[in-house]
Amino acid sequence: MQFDQILQYTLSGLSTGAIYALIGIGFSIIYNATGIINFAQGEFVMLGGLLTLSCLDLLKLPIWAAIPCAVAVSTLAGLLFERLAIRPLRQPTPINLVIITIGGSILIRGMAMLIWGKDTHAIPSFSGDDPIAIGGATILPQHLWILAITVVIIVINKFYFYHTISGKAMRACAYNRRAAGLVGIDVRRMVLFSFMISSAMGAVAGIIVAPLTMIAYDVGVMLGLKGFCAAIIGGMSSGIATVVGGLLLGVLESLGAGLISSGYKDAIAFIILLLILFIRPQGLFGKADSERV
Amino acid sequence: MKRELLKFVAFSVFVLLLPLQFKGGYLMNVLVFVGINTMLAIALNLLLGYAGQISLGHAGFFGLGAYLSGILTTTYAWNPWQAMPVAAIIVGCMAYLIGFPVLKLKGHYLAMATLGLGIIIYIVFNETVDLTGGPSGLSGIPYLEAGGIVFDSDVKNYYLIWGITLAVVLFSINLANSRVGRALRAVHDSEVAAQVVGVNARLLKVQIFALSAVISSLAGSLYAHTMTFISPASFGFNFSVELLTMVVIGGLGSVYGSFLGAALLTLLPEFLRAAQDYDIIIYGGLLVLMVMFMPGGLVRGVPDLFRRIFKSRGGADHA
Repeated sequence: MQFDQILQYTLSGLSTGAIYALIGIGFSIIYNATGIINFAQGEFVMLGGLLTLSCLDLLKLPIWAAIPCAVAVSTLAGLLFERLAIRPLRQPTPINLVIITIGGSILIRGMAMLIWGKDTHAIPSFSGDDPIAIGGATILPQHLWILAITVVIIVINKFYFYHTISGKAMRACAYNRRAAGLVGIDVRRMVLFSFMISSAMGAVAGIIVAPLTMIAYDVGVMLGLKGFCAAIIGGMSSGIATVVGGLLLGVLESLGAGLISSGYKDAIAFIILLLILFIRPQGLFGKADSERV
Repeated sequence: MKRELLKFVAFSVFVLLLPLQFKGGYLMNVLVFVGINTMLAIALNLLLGYAGQISLGHAGFFGLGAYLSGILTTTYAWNPWQAMPVAAIIVGCMAYLIGFPVLKLKGHYLAMATLGLGIIIYIVFNETVDLTGGPSGLSGIPYLEAGGIVFDSDVKNYYLIWGITLAVVLFSINLANSRVGRALRAVHDSEVAAQVVGVNARLLKVQIFALSAVISSLAGSLYAHTMTFISPASFGFNFSVELLTMVVIGGLGSVYGSFLGAALLTLLPEFLRAAQDYDIIIYGGLLVLMVMFMPGGLVRGVPDLFRRIFKSRGGADHA
């Protein structure tokens, strides 16, 4: 196998992996604040992509205005989801929460199907499609956008959680919800925030990946599950461990698809998921390394 | 126990007399599926409702049963009656082995692991084209045959499928009311407490998982032999969610609830033909609404509702 080919697969794997990382961090933020695995996480990715499409086509907004619009609407959707489905739950047992987030995800997907139809849509790249040569491999400008935006998001995230009052309050909830409540933190508000932040991050992931992979009402399921896989590899940390998990997953998947079989590409993620859950449920890097925020 | 028996007899009579109402026709075909889905819903309910362990991969076991039966009877020309138990045993053993690591997980993690398992099985159906025919499916699966009767019509299949479904119903009711059933409920409420009183919770969870897979596999085999054609699309994640919806709507931990859920979700799309594309929204909506307003399912929710209406009326009379 040629080195160039491996480099090519690794590079494209990294940009897919960055997407998984963003979605995975979204999972972790909600999980750490509430103990809920939000099965609807992937739907916000889909919403981000499709809303951008509408902003571009229907509202004729330029791309730099369409993206914040789409993120804002997705965040609102996340807020509504928490308010209407999660908070009113009378018996919040894990099974009920699984069922209600699955129900919610189907509902969101169904409504997206009604609004945007069943077709796959394309979104133009942010800055052209001229390939850039790196070594023997080529990448698209969009790949660079994905990596850059992911880095920016992670830095903002870090800043929020460590240098703002609300971020610190959220971390307190992650450590101990009761204690956080006792020192005067409005835990319910933090839960709501966590849903808003992760739907915003999911939407960003959907927007930056859409020019590469196309977008349709049903892309959220797979992307969501792979994001979860990234979070599991990272031990449900909302920091660097999940990013590494996402990148690792993206590269392994891309190499597996290229070198073994493209048909089993999706299976790779789930086999990794099962192996990690069976062997190291605390994540690849152990509990000590992961920041449970 | 006597009441249970009476309920079962009444249910059986209802099921056996139902075809007289329809005398063949398309609805009979749908009712055959109600039978298969009832079996599947009961299988999942044993796991979810009684033992409290969720599975989002049951469509995988259903599909494995269907494909094993289909492949053995077409490619290897086995007799369907031999293929069915062999398929069930293979699926049961697989579930038993995989059950140990899977059921160590709890709650959300268990849901994700079983989901991943189901999707891997689904991908294998699609990719092993030489064996399964891939996405275009496997056709030419023979009908079942017994004593010169070929089960090739809806009415014959109705009695075949429902005969077996009733056996599954009876078996499950017995199981639920046995020592094992009580142990399962103990595990549901608190695994630690169950273990303290001498229930081997880990083993029991794996056993019920395997049993649930065996029943699903059996339903899959029957599905393959009544449809004579199968394709991976019937065994994907969506169907696992549909099964979950049936169990939740009917009522967790209720065998007849599983029948109600299965009947409702199988018949609903037939009556909503015009709203074909909306069925996904209806499933999602039903799931959310049921968990929010009727967490006990129809079997508990509806009587509760009546009781509340009666009570308030009774109160008004007295006043």
